Amino acid sequence: MKIRRRDFLKGVAASGLLLAAEQTPAQAKRARKDLPPNAVGILYDSTLCIGCKVCEHGCKETNNMPMEHANPKERMWDNPQDLSAKTLNIVKRYGVAGEKDSVEGFAFIKRHCMHCIDPACVSACPVSALVKNPENGVVTYNKKACIGCRYCQVACPYNIPKFQWDSPFPEITKCQLCSHLLAKGGISACCAVCPTGASLFGPVEKLRLEAKRRLAMEPGEYYDFPVANIESTEVQQHRVGGYVKHVYGERELGGSQVLYLAGVPFANLGLPDLPEDSYVALADGIQYAIYKGMVYPLVVLGGLIYIIRNREEKKE
Amino acid sequence: MQERQALGGKLLTVPFKVCAAIVLIGLFFIGKRFIFGIGSVSNMNDGYPWGIWIAYDVVVGTALACAGYSIALIVYVFNKGEYSPLVRPALMTSMFGYTLAGISVIFDIGRYWQAYNIFLPWLSNLHSVMFEVALCIGTYILVLWMEFAPVMLDKFKADQLKARLNRIIFVFIALGILLPTMHQSSLGTMMLMAGHKLSPLWWSGFLPLLFLITAVVIGYAAVIFESLVAAIAFKRPMEMHLLSKISALMPWLLGLYLVIRLEDVNLRGYLPLAFDGGLLGNLFLLENLLLLAALLILAYPANRQSPRLLFIASCAMLLGGSMYRFNTYIVGFDPGTGWQYFPSVSELFITFGIIAAEVMAYLWFVKTLPVLPRLKKA
Repeated sequence: MKIRRRDFLKGVAASGLLLAAEQTPAQAKRARKDLPPNAVGILYDSTLCIGCKVCEHGCKETNNMPMEHANPKERMWDNPQDLSAKTLNIVKRYGVAGEKDSVEGFAFIKRHCMHCIDPACVSACPVSALVKNPENGVVTYNKKACIGCRYCQVACPYNIPKFQWDSPFPEITKCQLCSHLLAKGGISACCAVCPTGASLFGPVEKLRLEAKRRLAMEPGEYYDFPVANIESTEVQQHRVGGYVKHVYGERELGGSQVLYLAGVPFANLGLPDLPEDSYVALADGIQYAIYKGMVYPLVVLGGLIYIIRNREEKKE
Repeated sequence: MQERQALGGKLLTVPFKVCAAIVLIGLFFIGKRFIFGIGSVSNMNDGYPWGIWIAYDVVVGTALACAGYSIALIVYVFNKGEYSPLVRPALMTSMFGYTLAGISVIFDIGRYWQAYNIFLPWLSNLHSVMFEVALCIGTYILVLWMEFAPVMLDKFKADQLKARLNRIIFVFIALGILLPTMHQSSLGTMMLMAGHKLSPLWWSGFLPLLFLITAVVIGYAAVIFESLVAAIAFKRPMEMHLLSKISALMPWLLGLYLVIRLEDVNLRGYLPLAFDGGLLGNLFLLENLLLLAALLILAYPANRQSPRLLFIASCAMLLGGSMYRFNTYIVGFDPGTGWQYFPSVSELFITFGIIAAEVMAYLWFVKTLPVLPRLKKA
């Protein structure tokens, strides 16, 4: 039987409509991703942080990151202004004076890679230079694969990956949770050096339970808080201030392996309100709907070849 | 007798020399970029990792270069052979546009010496929209040169080679329709990932569809614009009978686009943002008003016969469509925390150099290769 061109076109149009009806963009999301089996991460508790920036120093030392200089001539060491190609970890302060951990007063926040459960940067990277370890879930960077397209920077909802703008041979830089230390059984430097336990390293499941435990604490009472590693026995006693009743990073964009607790709303600390479904899931859903197994593109290509060949033959 | 002719004439005209000067300035800054890094010539930063090199050279540039795609669609799929005089100039514009977009990507990406990693299967990330776009555009550049090859073979009278190529050319024509459909929509999908960093006036699940429609709209507008400008510049008769017929399609396409675009923003509840008097709202209105103006002009058959109105409508479509794409990639993009971006002079000159190179290549090709239809002697 000969398929007439008009019929074929009708078929193509109809399947396009069917596809559109089945998969409106809003429904095209793919399922959320699960936490990797041995996921590790950090629980940062803003109410325990004293803003000493020892973690910044520990991070620079362990990862051989250069110092920041505000003044190009003096070359004096300066506090970094923000995360940059030279700074993978930073403690920032909201507010100047007054009561700690109150909206009118001040609070600290430590920023670095969130190690998302469904990382946008990993999905964005065309050459698998950014990958999520299937075991511990750490998102690492491989400069040998990277082509420097910077789609990871566009895609990251937290603006974490940075680019060496002033180098002729630039790299992307980001926190890799000190994976070189993890490989030797150690923990991330920022947590190891934190004097108060504000940065706490550990398996994400345990960190989530710890965060829930803290949210249930009675304000004004004293409790034991683990220091450095949730699996160590070292504890410190702290008086509990008021927590905002939310674990940031538990659900945001499908969740992350870095979790935050704070005494002031997270939006004040530069952590935006985000939906629970990641943008990756939506983008992937639409891509899968169109490109799964390359079936639709190949069918269309076959149809096009058929039509055009017929036409060219007729011309001759 | 051949149906097409090379225009001939002097190549080193004043416009050609001006373009050459701009290209030289651009090359100087490109050299600087390779020695001192991207930061030495560009204002791009960690908040705005993509500047005009991506937003204009690639995202808008390849849409302008969809002339070939749009014409191929109508000639080959909808079997309107009457438009074939428009095929060669359109293909040529596409070939230049895409090739130069490909070249500007090389100096935009930081680790260009590893660019071949895209083609290494063990590094391919099949989930990455960027991977698909890069592969598609790379292949399409090749396809465009193959599609255009018969023109060059004409020139060198390589008839045997041409006959051999003509036997398989349908594969390239088919790919030439499939590939832009894929990557032009994916250029929209790409910005889905920007999520909350992109203003809700532009961020939408319909980004892929809207990008595909703007590619076709801009493509046809570029055909009309190119044909009218070439007629005036080279003192040739205007191809009004073809252009007015093509433009009869446009009100439908524009209508479809505007309904989806406005209804999508409306249903998500962000339409009030358009009227808040801010920069983003005003740009949103301007972008859509330009396209609406083109729709209104072209909706009346009498207007489609007027070269002047046709020219105005094509400019409105080029501007409106390009603005939509530009705004999606730069103006509507705000990473938060106060990052700013405005292109630097050197960065702009690299883009100007690209445009000038395109104009030079166009002039060179139409004068030396049989691209434009042969005029019948009266």
